[in-house]
Formats: sequence, structure tokens, C-alpha cells
Amino acid sequence: MAASVSWSRLEAMLDKAKTDQSASALQGDVHQSLRHDSAYLHVTGQARYIDDLPEPAGCLHLYIGMSARARARIAAMDLSAVRAAPGVVLVLTAEDIPGINDVGAVIRDEPVFAESEVFCHGQSLFAVVAVTRKAARMAAALADVTYEDLPALITIAEARAAGSLIERSQVMSTGEAAAAIAAAPLKLDGVIRMGGQDHFYLEGQIALATPGENGSVHIFSSTQNPTEAQHLVAHVLGVMSNQVTVEVRRMGGGFGGKETQSALLAAAAALAAVRSQKPVKFRMDRDDDMIVTGKRHDFEIAYTAGFDERGVLAGTQFELASRCGASTDLSMAINDRAMFHSDNCYYLGPAQIVSHRLRTHTVSNTAFRGFGGPQGMMGAERLMDEIAFRVGRDPLDVRLDNLYAGPGRDTTPYGQVVEDNIARELIESLAASADYRARRAEIEAYNTSPENPVIRRGIALTPVKFGISFTTTFLNQAGALVQLYADGSIQLNHGGTEMGQGLMTKVAQVVANEFQVDLDRIRIMSTSTEKVPNTSATAASSGTDLNGMAAQAAARKIKRRLAGFLADRHGLDPESISFVNNRVIAGETSYAFEEVVKAAYLGRISLSATGFYKTPKIHYDRATHRGHPFYYFAYGAAVSEVEIDTLTGENRVVRADILHDVGRSLNPAIDLGQIEGGFVQGMGWLTTEELVFDAHGRLRTHAPSTYKIPACSDRPAELNIRLWEGGENRQPTIHRSKAVGEPPLMLAISVLSALTHAVSGAAGHRVFPRLDAPATPERILLAVEAAREEAQRP
Amino acid sequence: MIRFVLDGDIRTLERCDPTQTLLEWLREDQRRTGTKEGCAEGDCGACTVVLGELVGDAVRYRAVNACICLMPMVDGKELVTVESLGTPTCLHPVQQSLADSDGSQCGFCTPGFVMSLFARYQSSDAALPGGVDDVLAGNLCRCTGYGPIRRSAMELEPDGEVRARFGGEETAARLSTLAAGPCSSWTFTDPVLGTSRRCYLPRTEKELCEILSENPGATLVAGATDVGLWVTKQHRPLETLVFISGIASLNHIEAGERGVRIGAGVKFADALPCLRALHPGLGELFRRIGSVQVRNSGTVGGNIANGSPIGDSMPALIALNAELELAGARGTRVMALENYFLAYGEQALEPGEYVKSVYIPAPDPCVLFRTYKVSKRFDQDISAVCGAFALRIENGIVEHARIAYGGMAGTPKRAAACEAALSGQAWTSASVETAAAALSDDYTPLSDMRASAGYRMKVAQNLLRKVWLEAAGNGRISILEPS
Repeated sequence: MAASVSWSRLEAMLDKAKTDQSASALQGDVHQSLRHDSAYLHVTGQARYIDDLPEPAGCLHLYIGMSARARARIAAMDLSAVRAAPGVVLVLTAEDIPGINDVGAVIRDEPVFAESEVFCHGQSLFAVVAVTRKAARMAAALADVTYEDLPALITIAEARAAGSLIERSQVMSTGEAAAAIAAAPLKLDGVIRMGGQDHFYLEGQIALATPGENGSVHIFSSTQNPTEAQHLVAHVLGVMSNQVTVEVRRMGGGFGGKETQSALLAAAAALAAVRSQKPVKFRMDRDDDMIVTGKRHDFEIAYTAGFDERGVLAGTQFELASRCGASTDLSMAINDRAMFHSDNCYYLGPAQIVSHRLRTHTVSNTAFRGFGGPQGMMGAERLMDEIAFRVGRDPLDVRLDNLYAGPGRDTTPYGQVVEDNIARELIESLAASADYRARRAEIEAYNTSPENPVIRRGIALTPVKFGISFTTTFLNQAGALVQLYADGSIQLNHGGTEMGQGLMTKVAQVVANEFQVDLDRIRIMSTSTEKVPNTSATAASSGTDLNGMAAQAAARKIKRRLAGFLADRHGLDPESISFVNNRVIAGETSYAFEEVVKAAYLGRISLSATGFYKTPKIHYDRATHRGHPFYYFAYGAAVSEVEIDTLTGENRVVRADILHDVGRSLNPAIDLGQIEGGFVQGMGWLTTEELVFDAHGRLRTHAPSTYKIPACSDRPAELNIRLWEGGENRQPTIHRSKAVGEPPLMLAISVLSALTHAVSGAAGHRVFPRLDAPATPERILLAVEAAREEAQRP
Repeated sequence: MIRFVLDGDIRTLERCDPTQTLLEWLREDQRRTGTKEGCAEGDCGACTVVLGELVGDAVRYRAVNACICLMPMVDGKELVTVESLGTPTCLHPVQQSLADSDGSQCGFCTPGFVMSLFARYQSSDAALPGGVDDVLAGNLCRCTGYGPIRRSAMELEPDGEVRARFGGEETAARLSTLAAGPCSSWTFTDPVLGTSRRCYLPRTEKELCEILSENPGATLVAGATDVGLWVTKQHRPLETLVFISGIASLNHIEAGERGVRIGAGVKFADALPCLRALHPGLGELFRRIGSVQVRNSGTVGGNIANGSPIGDSMPALIALNAELELAGARGTRVMALENYFLAYGEQALEPGEYVKSVYIPAPDPCVLFRTYKVSKRFDQDISAVCGAFALRIENGIVEHARIAYGGMAGTPKRAAACEAALSGQAWTSASVETAAAALSDDYTPLSDMRASAGYRMKVAQNLLRKVWLEAAGNGRISILEPS
């Protein structure tokens, strides 16, 4: 089996590997731009999502009955017509739950099926299981429910007036903000309101449960959080977690919407499967999915700031209020993150951030890419724009002058020192490459020219600093299971889930790099609680950071065993064994990787290993809102240019330039995809995507016909995206990369800022318009008219 | 019975459920799961498939939404799904190009994009004047931001040999054997639900009249872009369905110099070129109706017949004084389109009657004709307000005005007070202001999820101002125009 290579050739190979890592000879090494591992399956329709899996024989279909009221006592629920409907096999209510009737992620306040009262429109009341999905849906509509309406709180204002909270209001503060503001030469206060956002993952929520022996159950769930689904299903069924397996290979999009919201489907399907002893599938219709599952929180942020003549903050107060909906879900952590990002890139001076988490009788809002961060950041960016207007400076200069800086200006309101600040360099580089200053001057000249009666233009640069880590510290852990087979092929398992973000590709690259084998030797396995237990949700942009490290640790364990085995054979130091380009070098002997694996198997070496990782350094005391919650920060900035029609409010982004920091990119192609996709999704949140609830708490925009996510032509005609050159994470993360899932979404704040600039242009740049989001044509037209009216006033 | 071609084979379905969607047939009956369900209402495009149809001797391919395409509509066509194109080891150039440009992330919308791009690959560019954005307007992607997909579409140069893999003589021959047999009808009984429904596929208007006489409550189906939602979203118990797309006389366009007559079965996609020829503004308005997939299914006649207050074609057609031809067992009658809409949900259609055609006069060269649609999103959205203006201005005097709006009342409706305020007046900013103010006598719009009443009124007034500014040649007046 031995094949030898000359030393000179070996040295050449090693040198090449050392000096030119990005030009690695491996097919699929880290830092290479590689297509998504499932790309060929995607384009041929062969990638299997849960509804595409062959249905097990006898598969039944489940649908739920939903509350028609926002808040009511259920006086009676007559399900006899449902039971008698054709094709119906089983009807399940709260009384049929053997364990706990709850799928709340943090607090037990989210029943699978309502008991005596309903708390939001669309809340699940019961399940009907039938031989076809259509039969189940038709039967579910036959329930005769008698409601006694109770007063419902729908809006933020109503909930504030009623003092309806999911937990007590939180306060984060540093220094004496009120006194500092009072003593400052200039001050202002204002309010910005921003709407929520539906995830609109293209694959709707779905679960497929198959009963096993002894009350066990296997569930395919389109979920970002298999472990939590496992735990919640076990609670609902009244069994131990080891009886429940949750598996997912891929989701058709998640964006946070399948972090907790998938649990209801998994639990209902599992309960029905166990009760009927038949496989049961539950796939929601799009409209019901949008009505029943939670969304991004809408926020109202009031700000008060004191500053000097140049606009530098002397003290800042933010008061955040968000609509959390009917249950707690993840709202505590989401609102915490909104507080953490109320500073964005800026040193606020003495600061006080107050956060009200309002319980309303609307669908429970949940995680969505950015997790409260975008909303918090919006307060800071609106404040920068308004201060700049007040002091008559370019908002970019005010932003630059307020950035975190050296000692004295480097500590956040929660006490973490910003150690890796690259905001200034990054912003200045972008401002230059996007030609921001010349364009702004040209745009303001255009706006004030009498030759342009209808169109106004606007431009803005906004930065992003996003904290990376779950702020709930214990979640920052991950596991992996790497298995080598005797033929040298590899199976890769870890706790992360694939929702399109390319996590599986990146982690596989890490393992390919570790073993120094081509990527196609590695088979990416579905995520299963059977393979890796006690995982955290794939969320908080942490998927690659956590699972990449865990997979690397597992691969290293096996590598050490292989090296030890070869070293023994050759009488060498294990440290001298090297893995290079599909080969293993032991002294003067070079083996094909698979030869070594085969020999190790025959030599009775274990070829399977688990890996584990926990993020170092982080800690946080929620009681005082102080600590070091983030391992590091990811940075970025964007310049957006927009046009508005002052007769209709129609608007579009004509150009955007983005510079984003991904550290040392594991896969530039995938990172660029995350940046562009995040930006456009953020644009949608701030412009066309409007969640309209009526006075009865019913969502009126619950399908793509009425809820408008960006379409192809909404993408800016010119969109220039650059990765921050030479970026490298100062922390020893996986190959010095940085998380990229969420931060780019917040680059789109530049769009709202540019729209605000354009609206001010409609009034000769003489007033500051407080444009709320989403900036629909209607909001823009109203803002234009208000600005013109204000400009007329003496 | 329906028959269609799939992967070279003729498929025959004897008594299919006329309300089964093509997507359900593919995914549930055939377990052909490459085609996805994203919304089941024709708005996201994840279910896009391509239908081939014999036009003359050639097969023409068009993308449609399988989720609201009812099975009888596939009769006589060739069905092409993502599985028909390639496999991971043998990709179609459209698939290869999309994968190479990182055009997929979660991958769920991807087969739909592949099929939209495949339809474009098979067609000549002239048929799709809206460019890549228009080709893809009916496909939503939530992951990529569209850049990689657009790049893939722009860089892909069709290869003649690859194109010839589809729509060759053999396929054309197969399709010609399927062409229009006699009127077929059958009763379907749902094996689970026990419900029955009757389905008719008439080939002539005479047959249609007979069917409607016997079944005055029957549901007429042309493109099913609305009826499809009655099925997938509302579960309406449709007992009798009559599919009219096989009636050749309704699929007829007569384009003359003075106007164009469009048969009720003519799809938007087929009407678009002649509407664009009538007036470029009309062309752009119709381009913004739905998406490519919707316009490949939906018909102008259907858009009129169902009487929606927000049917985007109506204000323009009313402003142009379009005429509607209605037919039934007792003969045909002609009425002004504006008189067809009686009230919300109520049209001047007698039992047993159907919409036969619409006649759209060309705007007179001396008439100033403008139409604008305002919606939250530019493409594939329903308007908050849609306005159309036909003003005959001679020697600076407005001799005649026809102005109509959608989204302002329970029906598409003319603005009588506004017209009166303009008629006979000098075409000046002052008269425009008076006429704009008069709109509040014409309409009491409602607030809904698309817009508030106040916004609707304000925009309605501003659109008239926009006509004035545009006519005055006063700089750029729309952000849709290139700067």
C-alpha cells in the first residue's frame, strides 16, 4: 500500500499549502467560492423538502381549527360536524393531550389547542385528522364554536394604555443620561414607528410524524430547532426526550420563522400519529401559515438626545415599545437585542434604554433575521439623521463623529468594550468607492431645481455593528458527529440546520480542510436529534461559528487517531504526520487518504467521533443588563440612493453600494449571497411589506397577493457589493471568519434614511420628515405633504 | 376526458376532477415533486410549469402557475416540468447557468425560476419585451435578492440544438392528434368527500350556449386565475364547470386600424402586442397585470366578466369607450363596457349569457390618452388606484373628457363630475385643479389593506395633475422612466 514521493515534491506541496491557502489544490477547501452543496438538486427539483418525501403507507393528514376572534371565552365548541365529515379519522382537542398542553419556547403560555379562552385570531383550537388533506381542511371549517368576546388589545398604543406586558419593562443604563441631556447645548426628541414583517419562507410550515414502538415517534419537521421541537413534543406526549426523534435535511427558507413556530405543527402531528398509530402529515396553507405563525415585532421608539453644535452626543435616552403578541415566545431575548443595538456603531454618552414588551391579542411575534437588532438600530440611525438636520451637517459627518473610538468612547451601554472597531475605516472606504459626497451634493441640487416638479431623490450611508452570540449565554454550544467509513468516505452530522444559508457547505468545507480531502468525499447528513443531542437553534447568525468549530473538533479527534496509528507504524512522532491534498504523509511515505482509513479500520481504530464547542469569553447578567454578551461584532455599511414620486409616493432604490465585513470568508460566493439577500429582505421590511391588522385583530395581508415582498424588479438596478478586504476576525473563530446571516439585513436601513432624505427634498430640504416604516407609497405621500405644509409655516 | 403530452407520452385522464389543480396532480397523484407549492394562489411562482401549445405548425411554450391551473386546462397541451429538463448529472443549460451563478439558496423557489427561464429559452425575445425583470416578475425568491438569478438569465445565450430538444416535429405531431376533438363532458365523484361535479369542454359557442341554457348557474372557466382561488382558498362547491379555452371562436383577435376586437378567451399574453400597438401606455398597463404566468393563463374577458372593482384593465378600457359583446341562446347584444358594472359583485349578465368579446377603439390621435397604476409594489400587485384619461384637447380647450378609475368605488367607474368640470374648459392648471377637486363628488373610496380612503382620493387627484404635467412636457414625471 505504500507509495512514496520524493522529499522535494513533498516540500513543494507543503509550501504551496502553507503560502497559498486560498489557492488550495483541494476541491472544496475553506476560503473557496463554492456553489451551494445542493445547487444541482435545487435546479433539477430533486432536492427533497418534507412534503416531497415519499409518504409512508396509510399516511393521514392533519389540519387545525382556528380562532375567529382575537380574545374570547370559548362558551362552547361543538365538533360533531367535524367528526362526522367525510374522510375524518380523528379529532383532537386539549383534552386529548397526555402530557402538557404547551409548545411555548421559554414560558409555558402557548397551548397546542386552546382550553377555555383564546388570545389571538388564528389560535389553534383543535385538530382534525383525515384521509386526505382536502378532507381535513374542509372538515376543520365545520366546527361550531360559540365565543363570548372579551376586550382585546390590538395595537401598541392600546397595550401601553392598559399596561399589558409579557414581563416587567427592562432598563439598561450607564451614567446619568437625563442630566447629561439637560446640560447639553442642543437637544431633540422624536418618535419612529416601524412595522413587523412576515418571514415569507417559500416552503410553508410542515411536519410529518411516524409512530414507532413503545410510544416513540419520529418527526420530519421543517424547523431551525430540532432539539426544542423534540423537547416540546416529548412534553406534549408525556414521554421522555429519548422517545422523540426530530429530523430535517433542509428547509425552504427559515429566517427565524421556523425557530419556534414549527413546534405547533410538530406537536400536533406527533400527537395524532401516536393516537392513530398512523403516519400523519400537517402542512399549512400559505394564508393560514401567515395568520397562525408569528412575525417580526413592530416597534415604536422614542428618543431624546443632548448634543453639541457638531452633533456629537452628550447623552441619549431611548424608550422602546414592541408588540409581542399573545404569548412570550422569544420576545424577552428579542427585545433585549433591540436594546443591545440601540447604539449601533455610536457612543451614546451617558445613556438610558428602556424597553416595554407589550402583550397584545395578536399572533405572538417571534424571531426574524436580526432578532430585534434591526429595530433597535433604526432608533439610532433616525437619531443621527435628525441631529444632522438640526446642526446643518451632512449626516455622514455626524455619524463619523459619533462612532465608538478609543478609551473613554469605547464602552457600550451594557458595559462591553468594543475591541474590534473597524467602523470608521469601513465607512470611509465605502463613502469613497460609492462617491457618496459628490452624489449627495448633486442630488440636493436636483431636488431644489425648478426643472424637476415631481421626482425627488435621496441618498444615505448607514453602518451596521451587529453583536455575534446568543445573548442567552448557555445557547452558545454545539455538537457534531463525524464518521469515516472504511472506504475513506465521510458522513458529516452536526446540530445546525440548513435553510438555504449554505451552512452545510461551509461546515463541510471545514471538515474537508481538516482531513485535507476533496469536498465530494463528504456526505452531508440531515440534522437529527438522534445523531447530535441538545443542540441550539440555528439562529443568531451562529450556525457556522458554532457547528463549524464542533465539526472541526470531531474531525481533529479522528485525525489524531489516524496520525497516532500511522506514527506507530512508522515509528514517528504523531505531530509529524501531515494531511495534504487527499494524502497523508508519514515520514517519506505518502498514502492516499482512503488507504490510511482502510488500514486504520483493520488496525481497529475508531473512525467516528463527536465534537463539541462552546463560545469562550462571553457572560451576561440579565438582572443588571451588564456584561460581555458578544464574542465579537460584525460590521458593514451601505449607501442607498432612492427616487420618490411626490404625486403618488411611489418609490424605488436606484443604486446601492455595500461594503461588508465577513472576517476571512469561508466561502465568498455564499457570503455575497447572504449579503445581497439580506439587504433586499431588509428593503422589503422597510418599504413594501406591510402587515395590516384590522380593529378586530385580524391580519388582512396574509398572502402574497396582499403582502408584497420584493420582486425581481425591486432589486436596485445597480447593486455593488464588496467584502471588506483583508477582513479577519480578531477572535479565533472558525478560520477567522465572521457570522453573516443577519447583519446584512440592517444595511437596508440606508434605504429608509435615503427615502427620508428624498422626502425632505420635496420641501427644499428645509424640514426633517419623520418617515415611518414601512415606507409605502401612502406613507411617503403623507410625509411629503406634511413636510411641504411644515415648510410653508412661518 | 382530457389528453396531454408529458415527456413524450400521451396521458389520458378519463374522468378527472375538474377542480383538481395541475400542481395537485403532479405532486399527489404522480409524486412528481420537483414542482413546489408556495402560495396556492398564483402569486409566488414556485409551482411554475411550462405548457406547450400548437400554434400553426410550431409548438409555443409558456410558463403558467400549476397551483391554479385546473386539470381540464391542460387538455391538448404538452406539459413540461422541471423533471423534464435535466438531472444533476445532465443539466439543462438553464439549470447549469442558475447553479453556476449561485442562483439558489434554500432552493424551494428554484424549480419555478428554472421553468420561467426555460420558457424564455424556448421563445424568441420579441415575445417578451419586458426584459428579465418581467420574465421573472411572477417568481418570488426570499433568499437571493434576485441578483444571481438575473445574472444567470442575462448571460444565458440559447443554443439552437438544445432548444430543438423541445417542440420538434414529433411533439407537434402528437399535439396535432390531440387537437380539438368533439365536446366532451363527464361527471366526477370525489371518492372521499362523496361530492359530484360536472365538467364540460365545449368546442363551439353553440355548444356553450346549450350547456349554459341547461346549466344557468355553471361556472365558466377561462384562465382560472380567479376561479383557481375559489377552489384552493375558498373551497367553493363548484357543481358545474365549463372550460371555454377549447372554443376557437372565442380565441380570436381582430386588429383593425380603428381598434381591436378581443375574444373573451384570449389570454392577456396574446392581447398584449396589439394593445401595445394601440397605445404604449396601454401596453405597459397590461404588462403590469399579474405576471408572465398570470398573463399566460388569464384572459381579458375573464378580467371583465368577474367584475372586480380593481381589475386593472377596466379604467383604461372604459376611458377608451370599449364595448362589450354579450352572447347567449337568445343572441348577442352589445353594450358600453362602463354599463356592464352595476354594483359591487353585480354585472349586467343575464343567466345563460356569457362575455363574447370586447372591442377596444384605438385612441384618436388628437386625444391625450394616459393611464397610471399605483400599487405598493410595481410588478405583480393589485392597484390601490388605477386611473385612465382620454382628453380631446383642441386649440387649448378640452372638447371632451373620458376619465375612469379603479379602486375608488365598488366598480370601475367613470368620474362624471371631474369630466364635467374639464369639458369645455381651457386646458390649464386652474381647470385641472377644479376638476381634481370635483373627484370628491365622484367617489367615496374605502380604506382597506391596500390603501386608505384619504390616500386613494389624494392619488386620484394627483394622477390628473400628472396628466397635466406630463402633457406640459415638464421634466421627468415618473420614476419608472429612465433618468
